[in-house]
Parts: sequence; structure tokens; C-alpha cells
Amino acid sequence: MEDQTLLPHLFRTEYRNIVSVLCYLFGIQHIEIAEDLVSDTFLSATELWSLQGVPDNPRAWLYAVAKNKTKNYLKRNSLFENRLSKEITYSADKSEEMEIDLSEKNIADSQLAMIFTICNPCNAPEAQIALALNLLCGFGGQEIADAFLTNKEVIYKRINRAKEKLKEANIKIEQPTVAEINDRLETVLKTLYLLFSEGYYSTSQDTPLRKDLCSEAMRLTILLIENKATNKPAANALLALMCFHASRFEARTNEKGEAILYEDQDQTLWNKELIETGKAYLNRASTGDELTKYHLEAGIAYWHTQKEDTAEKWENILSLYNSLLILEYSPIAALNRTFALSKAHGKKVAILEAEKLKLTDNPFYFSLLGNLYSELDNEKAIQHFETALRLTNSAGDKLTLTKNIQRLKEAKAVNNKPA
Amino acid sequence: MNEFLIAIHRDLKSKDASPSPEQMQASIKPFQEWIGKLIAEDRLVSPYRRWDGVGRVVKKSAVTDGPYAEIKESLGGLFVVRAKDYDEAVEIAKGCPILEWGATVEVRMALVSA
Repeated sequence: MEDQTLLPHLFRTEYRNIVSVLCYLFGIQHIEIAEDLVSDTFLSATELWSLQGVPDNPRAWLYAVAKNKTKNYLKRNSLFENRLSKEITYSADKSEEMEIDLSEKNIADSQLAMIFTICNPCNAPEAQIALALNLLCGFGGQEIADAFLTNKEVIYKRINRAKEKLKEANIKIEQPTVAEINDRLETVLKTLYLLFSEGYYSTSQDTPLRKDLCSEAMRLTILLIENKATNKPAANALLALMCFHASRFEARTNEKGEAILYEDQDQTLWNKELIETGKAYLNRASTGDELTKYHLEAGIAYWHTQKEDTAEKWENILSLYNSLLILEYSPIAALNRTFALSKAHGKKVAILEAEKLKLTDNPFYFSLLGNLYSELDNEKAIQHFETALRLTNSAGDKLTLTKNIQRLKEAKAVNNKPA
Repeated sequence: MNEFLIAIHRDLKSKDASPSPEQMQASIKPFQEWIGKLIAEDRLVSPYRRWDGVGRVVKKSAVTDGPYAEIKESLGGLFVVRAKDYDEAVEIAKGCPILEWGATVEVRMALVSA
């Protein structure tokens, strides 16, 4: 790896590892100290490596320096005596022998404990996601701001407030007990799901950044699956869902970062390996008697990996959307159900039901109606697309809607031409 | 908008009234489709839930195992929907696919508290 890319790469992967281990050791109250120590380690690396060259094993170097800096800090500071010595069985004068365990196992354990802390519902979902990106994924303020389409200051404020909340609530950084896991895993999965969606559906046109968000969400979900206690069917279902969606990543945007609709995607760009991996996780999710929305959404996403429109495909998708609605109503599920209905039972049946949905402030409602009326009543279809265009804020959706309107108007012009 | 109780009554007791496993299987999908449609239209007042077919029957003198079956039919499903009036609520109830299997659906309007 080139020297210029090595350090940012190590920062992305190792910053979070060392921060997690130190936080796990110090507790949430001293999170800034952990971050300072690790930042300081990377600062030393930047200075020394540019003068003396990159060491043979850069990661080992970082770990050794981080350990030394931590030990020195503890020696100089009362933190160790006042707080840590009560919890760790070492005494102050033995601080030099204190083990800062940067083994692969302890890094994984620490990250897992951090996931559960960060996804604590005392913070709002968007704060949890910002915090996760910062502490668990090693994203800088600017990158997070780009993903959320906001500025760095907003993100810094959000992250700092979220940390304060965790401290006030005195949330412990610890492995959840077996009894706690089911309860707490639900909020963790929700945050990981949102993190993935942030990357997958973000309006940011920065494709590499969006891909990073998705792969980070997948990495953290894998972390849950690799731990026996958290390897639950719901986690496997969530990962299956992510695999199926991510399989289309290369096919869903053009070189300008504009969205390519499902129907128009080049199927050869779909990642077959990810689809197969997704299937394996979906199989593993099909144990036990718990049926979560991740199971249902993964089922729907699975059927979307079959490009060909078959009756079987849309009957299955329709029935999965019905079950999803029974589990939890959401306008988007209601709209998607109606789209599946049109594919399974025809546009006319779907229009009758769509018009009862009355989601009149939702642009997707009108673009659905536009799609359903296309070819049946192009005049009405154009009206609905135009309403959708007025309601949407997304540049990508505006582009698609404008194209649809243009296509229908052109069709009209051709039809009206005198013979 | 008013709220209506939709109560599905069906014969849960006598043997010949129990659907075969195939019939059960065949009735799940239309039922799910019907409920899915009502939820999509945001008609359900509270989240949909299933009720077991067992229950207890409480009287002053005793508590007996359910379901309540002094009449032939017991409560098989229960939920509350939003509808403008009885006509609309009855339209909704008519869509219940369990009617095909001999169920009766009772519709009752909730009174607005004074």
C-alpha cells in the first residue's frame, strides 16, 4: 500500500479498534481520554513515519505506542487510582504491568460491547448513527456530515450531545447478559438497519462514501453474528437483507451517481456472490419461531434478486408485504404492497386499492398512482407524476419523474398525429 | 370517522366444523391479504393481533375452560377499524374471507364518550 493511503486506511480500521478497547477498559465517563490517547498515537505516527519511514509492522507499532501512551497517562494521572483501580484488580503501583489487551478477541469483544452502548435508546436514532460512524467505524466529522448532507459543526454537536447523554445515563460498556440480549439486540439491529439505509438510500451522490456506510453496517452485523450470544435469527435475517440489497450496488447508479431504476439495471452487474451469501444467512435465519420484519424484508429482497417477472415472484412479494403490514404499518410498506398487488393481480385491481390509501402528502403515493395509470390513462398518469414532482425534494426522484412525464407526453403526441 | 368493532364468530367446538389442514392453509393467504389491505388503508385502530382459540369463561360461580360455546359459535377474531358509518364498516366486514368458511362477522359501532 502507498504511504499516502496507508495512514488514512489504518486510521479507519485501527482508530476504532484501539478506542473501543480503551473505552471498554475505562468506561463511558472517560471516553474523551480514550479518544485523545488514540488521536495522539496517530499524530506521533504521522510525525515519525514521515521522518523515519513506515515501520515493518505498522499496526503493531500503533498498538505498542497506544499502550505506552495509555500507561504513561495512567501513571501521571489520578484516573487510575480514583476510578480504575477499584474496578480493575491491579493496584496503582502495578500500573506498569497493567495489560492493555489489543488481541483480536478483545478488540471484537470491546467493539461488541461498544455497539450495545452506542445503540442505547437514550439517544435519538440519528445521534446513535452519528456516534456509531464516529466511534465504531472511524469516520471523521466531515465524512459523517457529507453522508447526512449537513455541515461538520452540526455533526460535532450531535456527537458530543450523544456522548453526554450516555454519560448522564451512566451507560456501562459491557457485554450484555444472555437475559438482556433479546431486548437490547432489537435496538442494536434497528440502528444497524438505519446505518445501512443511510448509505443505501442517501441522497448524497458520493457513491464511494455511501458504499462505505453500507459495508460498515454489514461489518458490524457480522460482528454480532460471530459472537455466539448475539448470533440470533434476526441478526442473520438483517445481514441477508443487507447482502441482497448490496448485491445491486454497482448496477443502481450511473457514473454521475444518478439512480438507475430496478427495471433498467444491467443484471450482469449484480453481485452473485453476495446474493449467494445472502441466501446462506437467510437459511440460518430460518430457525426458531421468531419472525421479524428483517425476515420479511429479506424475503422481499431475495425475490428482487430474481429479475424475471413471474407470477410466483409477485405472489410471494405480495404475501410478504401483507405479513410486514400485519407486523407493523408504514406508509412505504402500504405503497409497496400495492405495487406488488399490481404486478400480481393487475393494475386495475391495484388502482382501486391505491386510491383508498389517501397518502396525499407522500410523493411516492403519487408516483405509484402515476405508474399504475400509465398506459391505462396517460392523462391521469401525467397529473399524478406532476403532483409527485411538486411534493418531492429528492433530485434523483425529480429526474425520474420528469423523464416519466416526458415519455408519456411524447407517447400522446405520437398517438394524436393525424394518420 | 367512527370506530367499529369487527368480531368474527365461528364454530370452534364441534369436530365437523373444524377445517382440515388444507383448508386452514388455504384460508391463511386470503385472510392475510384482507388484513394487509385494511392495514395498508390505515383502517385498523390498533395494531393487528391474533387471539388464541382457547380462552376462559368466567361466571359468578366458576371459571371454565373456553371458548365460550353455549351458542354454537365462539369468538374467532377481533379488531377495531375506522369507518365513516355502518355502511362502510359492513363493506369492510363483507371482505372477510372467513365468511367463506361459515363464520359470522359482527359489527358494532363504538360510542363516543360524552
